[in-house]
Amino acid sequence: MNQFQYVRATKPQAAIEAVAKDPNARFIAGGTNLVDLMKRGVMTPQKLVDINRLDLRKIERQNNALRIGALALNSTVADDRQVRERHPLLALALNAGASPQLRNMATVGGNMLQRTRCPYFYDTALPCNKRQPGSGCGALEGINRMHAIFGFSDKCIAVHPSDMSVALVALDATVQVSGPKGNRSIPFADFHRLPGDTPEKDTNLEPGELITAVDIPDGPFTKHVHYQKVRERASYAFALLSVAAALDIDNGTIKAARLAMGGVAHKPWRLTAAEQALIGKPATEAIFRQAATVAMQGAKAFKHNEYKLRLGPNIIVQALKTAAAA
Amino acid sequence: MNAPEKKIGAPMNRVDGRQKVTGAAKYAAEYDLPNMAYAVLVGSTIAKGRLSSIDTKAAERAPGVLAVITHLNAPKAPGAKPAGKDPSQPQTVGSALQVFLDDNIRFNDQPIAVVVADTLERARFAARLVKAQYAPEKHQTNLEANKANAFLPTQAKKNPKSGAADYQRGQVDAYKTGALKLEAEYVIPTEVHHPMELQAITAHWEAPDRLTLYDKTQGTMATRRDFARQWGLPEANVKVIATYVGGAFGNALHSWPHESAAIIAAKVVNRPVKLMLTREQMFTMVGYRPYTWQKIGMSATADGKITAITHESIGQTSTYEEFVEATLGQTKMMYESPNLTTRYRLAALDVGSPIWMRGPGEATGAFALESAMDEMAFLLNLDPLEFRLRNYTNQDPEKNRPWSSKFLKECYQAGAERVGWNKRQLKPGALRDGEWLIGYGMGVGTFGAHRGSSKASAQLLPNGTVLLQSAVTDIGPGTGTAMTQIAADTLGLAPGRIRFEWGNSDFAQAPTQGGSAIVNTVGPAVQEACLALKDKLRELAAGGNSAFASAKKEDVVLADTHLTLTGNPTARAPYTDLVKQAGGTAVTVESKPSGEGQKVSMYSFSVHFAEVRVHELTGEVRVSKLISCADAGTIINEKTAGNQMKGGAVGGIGMALMEHAIIDDRFGRYVTKDLADYHVPVHADSPAVEVFFVNKPDPYVNQLGTKGIGEIATIGVAPAIANAVFNATGKRVRELPITPDKLV
Ligand SMILES: Cc1cc2nc3c(=O)[nH]c(=O)nc-3n(C[C@H](O)[C@H](O)[C@H](O)COP(=O)(O)OP(=O)(O)OC[C@H]3O[C@@H](n4cnc5c(N)ncnc54)[C@H](O)[C@@H]3O)c2cc1C
Repeated sequence: MNQFQYVRATKPQAAIEAVAKDPNARFIAGGTNLVDLMKRGVMTPQKLVDINRLDLRKIERQNNALRIGALALNSTVADDRQVRERHPLLALALNAGASPQLRNMATVGGNMLQRTRCPYFYDTALPCNKRQPGSGCGALEGINRMHAIFGFSDKCIAVHPSDMSVALVALDATVQVSGPKGNRSIPFADFHRLPGDTPEKDTNLEPGELITAVDIPDGPFTKHVHYQKVRERASYAFALLSVAAALDIDNGTIKAARLAMGGVAHKPWRLTAAEQALIGKPATEAIFRQAATVAMQGAKAFKHNEYKLRLGPNIIVQALKTAAAA
Repeated sequence: MNAPEKKIGAPMNRVDGRQKVTGAAKYAAEYDLPNMAYAVLVGSTIAKGRLSSIDTKAAERAPGVLAVITHLNAPKAPGAKPAGKDPSQPQTVGSALQVFLDDNIRFNDQPIAVVVADTLERARFAARLVKAQYAPEKHQTNLEANKANAFLPTQAKKNPKSGAADYQRGQVDAYKTGALKLEAEYVIPTEVHHPMELQAITAHWEAPDRLTLYDKTQGTMATRRDFARQWGLPEANVKVIATYVGGAFGNALHSWPHESAAIIAAKVVNRPVKLMLTREQMFTMVGYRPYTWQKIGMSATADGKITAITHESIGQTSTYEEFVEATLGQTKMMYESPNLTTRYRLAALDVGSPIWMRGPGEATGAFALESAMDEMAFLLNLDPLEFRLRNYTNQDPEKNRPWSSKFLKECYQAGAERVGWNKRQLKPGALRDGEWLIGYGMGVGTFGAHRGSSKASAQLLPNGTVLLQSAVTDIGPGTGTAMTQIAADTLGLAPGRIRFEWGNSDFAQAPTQGGSAIVNTVGPAVQEACLALKDKLRELAAGGNSAFASAKKEDVVLADTHLTLTGNPTARAPYTDLVKQAGGTAVTVESKPSGEGQKVSMYSFSVHFAEVRVHELTGEVRVSKLISCADAGTIINEKTAGNQMKGGAVGGIGMALMEHAIIDDRFGRYVTKDLADYHVPVHADSPAVEVFFVNKPDPYVNQLGTKGIGEIATIGVAPAIANAVFNATGKRVRELPITPDKLV
């Protein structure tokens, strides 16, 4: 681990200033991702600004939305009564991630900003454009079992590993941020970005911007929801693929649908065309299959992740079936 | 005094359970010696070539750094030889890599420097500052691409009787002309032991020629021998302490580079040095189950008699050691087949050396053999259990002699009943529960019931406690507990009056813990030491009381405070008097196998039955039932033995469904680097494993009747699961692990 300075912020403004004026400073929340990356030498911040004392842990309803503080713990959110009643999909996705111990440390803001698990990103002896721009993409022609099938570039084929974010993009959440230039809101679908020529940038956050909360608008997805995650063991593993599905079914007919995938792209991947293919249709397996076909259009595989093209539609169907039956 | 109830067989709690769960048990990295320094290894980032330069200046200047040691400045241990050039080791197997001898790079992450500092954090920081330049050479890390270069191990070339040599009975490759035949290839990827406890050592030169090591090792005496030899010291000058070992599964059966590095570092800084590997380093330099390709050809008659088997394998080894294991052993003796051919080969790659991993080669071989048995049964339209029964061996077909004991049929029956084998359908995919397809499979395991020589010492303490000592380690199976039970029964004492001490090379000689041989070997020594102690006490007592002089040792009774005799309560010799006598009470006894065992073949046997559920859409596999049945001779402790079986079964689930260490061959470097991407089973992956023991004594292995458990607990589990997956889905996965991508 490199040497670094540690400061503890007690006011958001102080935290923002500390990070905005120092390109080598980083916020630290639960530390479950950042500290690992520092130990590996993948990230080498010279200053850590601890934001855990900031008053950003509350979960409360305002303006027809549930506002979840950026420092709310993954476990707290998953167990929260309002979350479970109004947005059960989020609770399911959170509980599908990591382990109880990690969820007890991990925060909502940190979870969104966790970095890819691409092995080339993690090993400083191997090329990775995300870690070291210009060094090349090790995964492109390497071991790319876990990698993207949508939205990648020849600079980066990594995927975003968060489960929570897949649910949040499906639920049309909005990210509240506070920065040196003031506050702004970012629709969740625009928060993470595609790699393009600058894979070193995971998100559209500006330097020094602090996530303060995530807002989830009230919606009809309180019952027919499912988070389907396929991994290499029964628990405590990152997704090979995951699907967040939410349906509003009236008398057997789908009135509204939300569908997003994890493990397929550099960002949580909302499947809007597939959603359209569901709306107004009966909630049957045949319709789910059709939507899955729509969802997978444009997917392209690499040497080791060709299975995702077969598994993808299957788990969309499985997620929708389970959601419909819930 | 009432005779205490018999302890052998009882499900006694572990004698060290309390220490373990309260944190009082000290592991290799937990010894804190005065003035200790901390070492961190720097590894190469190429797989093959030369170190053209290494810049240590920045590291040397970093705060707290005491030394940065490389091949340029390392003191040379007098007995250290470059890898593959150690004349003290048989040339056939090469020799362990010893560090900092030259600029050769033989595998990725090979230690090229060790940084020693006054704190771990400072050592870690400084290690990052070491910069190396390389002259890389083309490396080979892919076995599939190197099968054409596979060779017969030197030990087989020298000795055609070696287990690694080609074996033949009947006609060569006779399966090719069989009426009904099968030919299939199987692959086991590299798997890494990954015990919970990381490899660690604390090296302390107590004097310039006296070395003490607190080390994670499975053999205190083997480690002592290796490092005494390396440093040209008498063995008596080296002491190895390994009281607690937090699991090993075979990866502490060898002396590794980090141990050499810590000893050199301690020499240089003249302080005790602690070195613990990172999880990442556990992939590269402390062994693994080698990637192995196998091919089986099998033929059978229409009524289910095997007529021929050919089993070939190519296993990965390093360029500096020939690692040989018994991959093809089970095939030679498990089924009656008049024609049988085996060919075992190695391919040397630019990787660290492999080392036995639980169930070792036998588990690798059993995956192929037991999968092929299932495939053949399917071709024959026969129940796989029935197929095995039709080819059951009542004597060893390899050596043509009787088994010392074999109760495998009892295991088949017990397992089949418990798993509900009668529900199994011959046709795959016939059973389901909603979206989950259900299947049943079985796999058989066997492992030699090895027994070596061992010593044990025993002495009486004034308070009436008996102290037993052995250099043996306890890597988790409960050795200390089993030995305490054996001593308790032999001495007629409550276990609380016995103190068994282990894990110290100064104690009575014992073999390395491995190969399921410890209870077989050390158990008799403990028993005989206890009997010798009784006799010694009787003799000592005879001086003051003539009743003892004529008594038989069987009649000697160790009462609470004094020695007495059965049926003669007036014979009394207080312990305080006995221990005061000149010379003390200590006895050391050596126990050796009798020659009897030469006439029979001695094996433990197991069978595992699995019920799996495979999701038809996601390809996820869940093992819903796992029954492990063993003919392992006498069971000394039902609880710890059961624990062994369960742990081995869970290891088998890992092997079957998820364990897979992956190298990117372009860089010759692992891309699985931690336990987040090298998966081992979590609780949710394992059903409550059910264990059945035949628990009948073997008349030959030793007087206790034991045969060994550790390996057969794993051998055969992976094929049982793979076969169940086939039964559920009709998909035959011949390359482990069976991850969802292979089933969708
Ligand atoms: C073994 C393991 C398994 C895991 N498995 C899963 C899994 O299956 N699914 C899954 O989704 N996740 C998984 N995770 C990842 C885990 O969810 C993340 O590590 C965690 O959510 C990160 O949250 P944190 O608060 O600890 O973030 P930190 O590590 O503290 O921070 C992460 C990043 O976010 C930045 N940051 C944090 N808070 C803010 C803020 N409010 N504003 C601006 N920037 C901020 C930090 O600067 C840092 O760059 C796993 C992690 C581990 C170690």
